[in-house]
Formats: sequence, structure tokens, C-alpha cells
Amino acid sequence: MTQDRLTVPATATTPTSGGDPAVRVAGVDKVFTGRRGQVEALHQVDLVVDPGEFVSLIGPSGCGKSTLLRLVADLDSPTAGTIEVFGKSARRARLDQDYGIAFQSAGLLPWRSVADNVELPLRLHGADGATRRGRVAELLEMVGLSEFAGSFPDQLSGGMQQRVAIARSLAENPRLLLMDEPFGALDEMTRERMQSELVRITSETGAAVVFVTHSIPEAVFLSHRVVVMTPRPGRITGEVDVRLGDQRDEDLREDERFFAAVTAVREALHGRPTPASGAHGRDLR
Amino acid sequence: MRGTAVRVGAPLLLGVLALAGWEVLVRGAALPAYLLPPPTEILGQIRAIWDGLVDATRATGTNALVGLVVGALLAVVTAAVAARVTWLDQMVAPLVAAAAVVPIVALAPVLSNMFGATSETPRRVIVALVVFVPVFLNTLRGLRQVSPVHRDLMRSYAATPWQVTRTVTLPGAVPFIFTGLNIASSLAVISAVVAEYFGGLQNGLGSRIASAAAQSGYARAWAYVAASIALGLLFYGFTLLLERAATRRHTG
Repeated sequence: MTQDRLTVPATATTPTSGGDPAVRVAGVDKVFTGRRGQVEALHQVDLVVDPGEFVSLIGPSGCGKSTLLRLVADLDSPTAGTIEVFGKSARRARLDQDYGIAFQSAGLLPWRSVADNVELPLRLHGADGATRRGRVAELLEMVGLSEFAGSFPDQLSGGMQQRVAIARSLAENPRLLLMDEPFGALDEMTRERMQSELVRITSETGAAVVFVTHSIPEAVFLSHRVVVMTPRPGRITGEVDVRLGDQRDEDLREDERFFAAVTAVREALHGRPTPASGAHGRDLR
Repeated sequence: MRGTAVRVGAPLLLGVLALAGWEVLVRGAALPAYLLPPPTEILGQIRAIWDGLVDATRATGTNALVGLVVGALLAVVTAAVAARVTWLDQMVAPLVAAAAVVPIVALAPVLSNMFGATSETPRRVIVALVVFVPVFLNTLRGLRQVSPVHRDLMRSYAATPWQVTRTVTLPGAVPFIFTGLNIASSLAVISAVVAEYFGGLQNGLGSRIASAAAQSGYARAWAYVAASIALGLLFYGFTLLLERAATRRHTG
């Protein structure tokens, strides 16, 4: 099934260094120490994400999927184990701006216009005015918000705000996108439209994506691979190769293969044996 | 616009009615002037001493303005540093609490002695001290309101502390700074007036109110009171306008 994989080369400004995976997580534990003692958020997690690969992390609340994403982003540090991003430490990758990130809340700065929000990372990293203007125009075009460049976030709907946040996360052509339930607060209609847009955008940019979600159909529609996690302690318990191809449009949502993959992920989540279907799941327990 | 007419007209009408009621009450009950002079008499006084009134208002207004600007700037800068440096915050917090509970006008006679009776400085220092507290507390609260998602975002951008302050923390604190300034603007005028009750130069509204009352010039005293009210409203209105100008961009 490898021919279904996205083979768009990374369009990032720096060449991929020696075929390192986009993300390599090895033997990672994360323990939070609170007032009521210790909580093991992640237990012995291993994960490899290839360049250009779209991987979703799915699981119930408390399974550590967001924690795992935060560790990859170096917003938090693992208690044990190693995390590499393009062969570097997570910290180095953050300092080198190797990834773009989007959260469940758009997190736009309310006192900045849409254009000023999108250009924020470019401005912080010293890009000159002409470069910023050109890039912002490109990005707003990509997310279909060109005519809202001068608007302020509170004049936009939730879906539009999230599109601005995605444009911002793409500002510096990252080869890796980290997304923590970016569509979690949107209504179902907007959500499906955003998913289609994300598929188009990632196939245009060729970036690898780690995508955290609660939604099985969302994970199946977007991903090459769905990684299933369970709580107490948070760990990876299964994964489903989806690979529904590059041509993912609205028809796919009613396709036999789509339903088969949804079933496979659901069964991986509930720990039942997977039947022989189009998509194949692997139990990693 | 009917809405605007009602919004402006209604309080205006209430004010006129209250003044008319005051006039009728004072004249009807034949109240003695030291108790309450009628509005017409106060208005007459305002006309009679107009130039002196303007001079006194200008003197007090200057003290209030200088104290307000100095106190507010000092407060914003101190809060910005305190928000970043924990030990400084812990050091300053009890001092600010002390400044908040001491009736600062009680310092007026002491400061008057310190700077001499011919100086405006003690009054300006008092205003600055009074202004400092609300601006400092509100600014500090605003600076601490940074949302977790913005903090994460700035960390993901590997932003320097100064970049974080400039792009996220300070702009986010602007509405809080203005809340502090709105409180401070009226306090500035009040404390500038009250500080004059404790001797020193006889050029401002506070000293004129005190001396007019001492000389049984009740309507004159009230004329100066009216001028202090006008001055207070001017300061308050100005900070409101400033706030609107500064935040208009945010809400579009």
C-alpha cells in the first residue's frame, strides 16, 4: 500500500538531514508531581513519525496524547526517555523553529489584526517587512481569508480564527506541524470543511503532522496512520494504518474503506480483535 | 438619534431638576447661608470671581496632572519589573499594601515641612503616591493574566523575555492599566485639593475653599467646590477618551 503514501517532497527551506524521521520518541515516561502525589501521564512510549507522514494520536481524556505532543514541542520535558525531532533534541528543534504548532483554542492576539497575527512568528524571528507581507498574503490566500487581513480576531467566527491559527503555524514553512485538537471547539460542518482544507494544505506543503484528536472519523479522514492510546498510565496500545490515498474529498466520507478504517480504529480503542478488513490494525500490547 | 438624545438629555434633566429643587428648598425653608447657599448665589459667585477661579483651578490641576503622570508611569514600570522579578514583587508588595492603607493626606504636613511652604512639590508627591497604588495593583494583575496558550505559543517561538513582554504581556495588560488610571484620575484631583488644606501655598482650589469657609464666604467656598468637581470630571473624562483611543483598535 506504499503507493498511497504522500510522496510530496518536503518544501522546507532547509534540506532534510540524512533521512532522520520527523519525530522519534523512545522509551518516554512522563510523571507529574502534584499535591496528591504522582501521576504517571505517559509510560514507555515509543513513536516514529516519518517526514511527510500524517499521524493522529487518539484516545480518551487522560491518555496523555496532548502531553506527548507537548513533549515533542518541548513545552514540557520527559521524565525519562528521549525525544528527537529531525535527529535533534526537542529543545534544539524548538530553538531552530523546526515545527509549527496549533492548539485547541486559536490563541490569536486579540489586539492584532489577522495579518499581524499570521506574521507574528516571522516578525519575532526578524524577517524583513517585504518578506513578511509576501508570506502573509500567500498564507491568507491558502486558508481563504485574504479579504480579512485587516480584521481583528473578535470579528471572525471560531472556524475562521482557527484557520488564521493554522496559517500562522505554517508561516515559517515548518517540516513538522504539531496540532492539539485544533478543530475540537468547532461545529461538525465547519469541522469537516477544515479537515478537507488541512488535507489539501499538508499535501501542498509536504509537512509531517502529529495531530491530537478525540474524533475517530477525523483521525481516519486525515491520517496515514492512527496511533491509539489508553489512560492510567498513558501509553500507546495500538495503531491502524489508514492510507486512504491522496484524493481525499467529501465522497471518501461515505466510502466503504473509510467505514472499515473507522471500525478498525474503534476496535483498537476498545481493545477487541480487529476483523480482516481493508484497514489493518495492530495491537501493540 | 433618539438614543443619544435620551442618554445625554436624561441626566441633564435630572441635574436641572435637582438644582431647581435645591433652590426652592433653600429659599422656601429660608436656610441660613452657612448651612447651604442657593445655587443662583453660587452661580453669581462663580461669575464674580471667574478669573481667580480659573487661576486656582489651573494651579490645582497642574499639581494633579504632574502627580498623576509621574505616579502612573512609576507604577507601570514598577509593576512590569515586579511581574518579572519574583523577589522584587515580594519586596514591594507589603510596601504597596502599607501605602494603600496609610491616609496619604496625613503625610501632607510632614512633606510640607520637608520641602518648604513655598513649594508645589509636596502636593505633587502626595498625588503621585495616591495614584501609584491603584495603577500598580491593576497593572500587575493585568500582567499576570497571560493566557496559557499565549505562553505556550511564545515558548514554541523561542521568544526572548523582552519579546514576550512587548508582544503579549504588556498589550494584554492595557485594559487593566486603564482601569487603574480611571480610578487614579479622580483620586489625583481629590488628593491635590485635600493636600492644600494643610498649609503651604495659597494658590489652589483647596486653600481657597478653606479660606473662603473661614471667612464666612459660603457661596464663594461652594463656587470653588464646583470648580473642583469640574476639574475632577475633566480628568476622568480625559482618561476615558484616552482609553477609548487606545482600545479602539482591539475591538474594531
